[in-house]
Amino acid sequence: MADKNGFFDLSKTTLSRRTALKGMAAGAGLALAPGFVRYSQAQSSAPIRIGFQSHRTGIGAAYGRWYEKTSAAAVKAINDAGGISGRKVELVIEDDGTDPARGAEVVNKFAKQHKTDIVFGTLFSHVVIGSAPAAGENKIPYFVVSEGHHVASTKLNRYVFQPGITDVKSQIQSMAPWIAANAGKKVTQIFPDFAFGYDHRDYLPPALKAQGGDVIAQIAIPPTESSFTKYFPQIPAETEVIYHVMVGPAVLTFVKELGEFYGSQRPQLFGFIDSLEAVDINSPGLEFLDGSHFWEGSPRYAQPDDSAAQKAYRAAVGIDDNGAAVGDAKDVSTAAHMFGCWETLYVVKKAMEDAGYKGPEDRAKLVEATEALKEFAEGPEHPQGPKTFNGKIHQCFGIQNISKVEGGKLKVVHKTKIEDGLYEPEGDYTTQAL
Amino acid sequence: MRDASPAKIYALHIGVIALLFALNFILPDYHQGLFARIMALAVFAMGYNLLFGYGGLLSLGHAMFFSAGLYGAGLTVYHLGWGVPEAFVVGIACGALLALVIGLLALRTSGVAFMIVTMMFAQVFYLLILYFAAWTGGDQGLVIQQASRVVAIGGASFDLTDPTVRYMIALALFSIILLVTLATVRSRFGRVLVAIRENEERTKMLGYDTVANKLAAVVASGAICAASGAAYALLFGYVGSSFASIQYSILPLLWVLLGGAATTLGPLIGTLFMYYVTDITSGFTSAYLLIVGVALILLVLFFPKGVLGSIRERWLGWLP
Repeated sequence: MADKNGFFDLSKTTLSRRTALKGMAAGAGLALAPGFVRYSQAQSSAPIRIGFQSHRTGIGAAYGRWYEKTSAAAVKAINDAGGISGRKVELVIEDDGTDPARGAEVVNKFAKQHKTDIVFGTLFSHVVIGSAPAAGENKIPYFVVSEGHHVASTKLNRYVFQPGITDVKSQIQSMAPWIAANAGKKVTQIFPDFAFGYDHRDYLPPALKAQGGDVIAQIAIPPTESSFTKYFPQIPAETEVIYHVMVGPAVLTFVKELGEFYGSQRPQLFGFIDSLEAVDINSPGLEFLDGSHFWEGSPRYAQPDDSAAQKAYRAAVGIDDNGAAVGDAKDVSTAAHMFGCWETLYVVKKAMEDAGYKGPEDRAKLVEATEALKEFAEGPEHPQGPKTFNGKIHQCFGIQNISKVEGGKLKVVHKTKIEDGLYEPEGDYTTQAL
Repeated sequence: MRDASPAKIYALHIGVIALLFALNFILPDYHQGLFARIMALAVFAMGYNLLFGYGGLLSLGHAMFFSAGLYGAGLTVYHLGWGVPEAFVVGIACGALLALVIGLLALRTSGVAFMIVTMMFAQVFYLLILYFAAWTGGDQGLVIQQASRVVAIGGASFDLTDPTVRYMIALALFSIILLVTLATVRSRFGRVLVAIRENEERTKMLGYDTVANKLAAVVASGAICAASGAAYALLFGYVGSSFASIQYSILPLLWVLLGGAATTLGPLIGTLFMYYVTDITSGFTSAYLLIVGVALILLVLFFPKGVLGSIRERWLGWLP
């Protein structure tokens, strides 16, 4: 159609019917060509992008590393089995420095820059609480794996969920019947003087009272303390059980000094493994814990009665029978908590498939579909055990493990029932607008 | 500082404000949000700069003034259900009052002792927040619900969670504090502060009440930092003790040193630089703080007086 001078001259161009038909046929052919087909399906076959808010640095780094490993293993398992609604899943990771201000920026970054479908994976409570407003403002579902009571307290917002790990209020409440029946009824609590300790301070006494036990002393230790001997004389002589939840690097000193204080004549000891997550139970100074009991979300050590799902989960994540990384016995995992990442991702899969989730425009549908979930059966998707889910408070409830330190290992001696950890809901997120 | 016409100086500052205004319409969503946060925190740096840059008083406790505003405003909304404007005023008042008390005590010292005393007071403030966890939320903090963060003026209501509203409010606060800082440092009071920084004994000899001037600087600085904290709580909806930790006393010092101490626009540049270096490098490596550290060392080597301080020294002597 170019004239002899090389220029288009539309005035001299006539479009015959044959040319038009040829053009239309060529256009239709092009549209049906493989490239175009792929393009037209791009929206529905593009990967589902999950923004993973990771504690890569800061005080949560040990947890963050294992949360990443577990999540990567879960994503691989989900993708190998066909993904979510046939779409591959992709993790987009940002470090929040275990800092609430940075955490909020990371959520904004996921929502506005990376344009991920959801945000997932946060552990530390102050980061969850600091990031929650950003999730609500961006209307992006925010699935945390924190065990804090903040989600269930209904003080956050409708976009925040914790469907893969039980909350600390439920965990403490579940422990009380076993403690009163097996360890002793007169309990002295020793806890760090900040929020993690306050949960134990506030939730244990009523739960224990209901079982006929009593908290006879509560000793709060300032977080800056590095020596604990001076606090031990405050422990009443009639104490039958010391309930301890010290966390951080001072734990080893705490246990060592407690051992020196009591010698071989000690009361029963009951603790939360949070104190020793990612710490080898056979570290020098921890010998005093032999024979004591711990709460564990999921057991660190492989147990004789482990289900096939539990074995498969451990193999997929890459932890050996001692709960350390396969090939590196010193790299102890955060086994009691990190299963929550695995299970949460399967909850996300279920909710997205229930909602017919296509993209960010369906986020509200995803929220409603998650709220509609009721139960998660034990199995490959939920290897820690069966769970129920309360859509009004966005929190799951499950079984807990009580393990005894025996021969340098943690052996599960009791599993609680889901009902042990249930409590009256404190509010209802579903009344909030989407 | 070489003389320059006030028109030129004010034109520069108005120009910066106009540029920030225009950026609201240009920036992608994520960066619009980040800029709002940076402007709110640049106010913190400006408050710090008034005392440190102009007054020569190095405090390591300014996190307490920021968090006095943060908690003053946040807790009033959370527990008393007050409106946003009233809470903002309460936040500033808390910071100013705290600064007055701390100033009266800490100004009995100077130099390194002043630094240590302010740091200790800030630590006390931080531990008090943890101690009164039943009201403050302790180390976990509190969320100010979206529904509480709405300002009704006349018939109109402004939702502070709306990105544009938030950006404009942060810009308004930043602009007011920038112009107030500029007017202050060009005023008689500002010149007395510089004189105290350069030679306190001589200033005293000239008949100035240096303690009263320093106290006024502490209170003004504390009030500005509290305004930043109050705005932060109300704009971003989170109140937490990490903002009262030592880290938030060191950050404004870094921002100011980076941008240029005793320059009116330096705090903005320092805050902007630190935020973006962190934001960009954290995408590539978890060792981003190492990169931030190297960047700081390079800046100290090549811009010992901060970005704007060095520019003023070498090329633009008229910069305020």
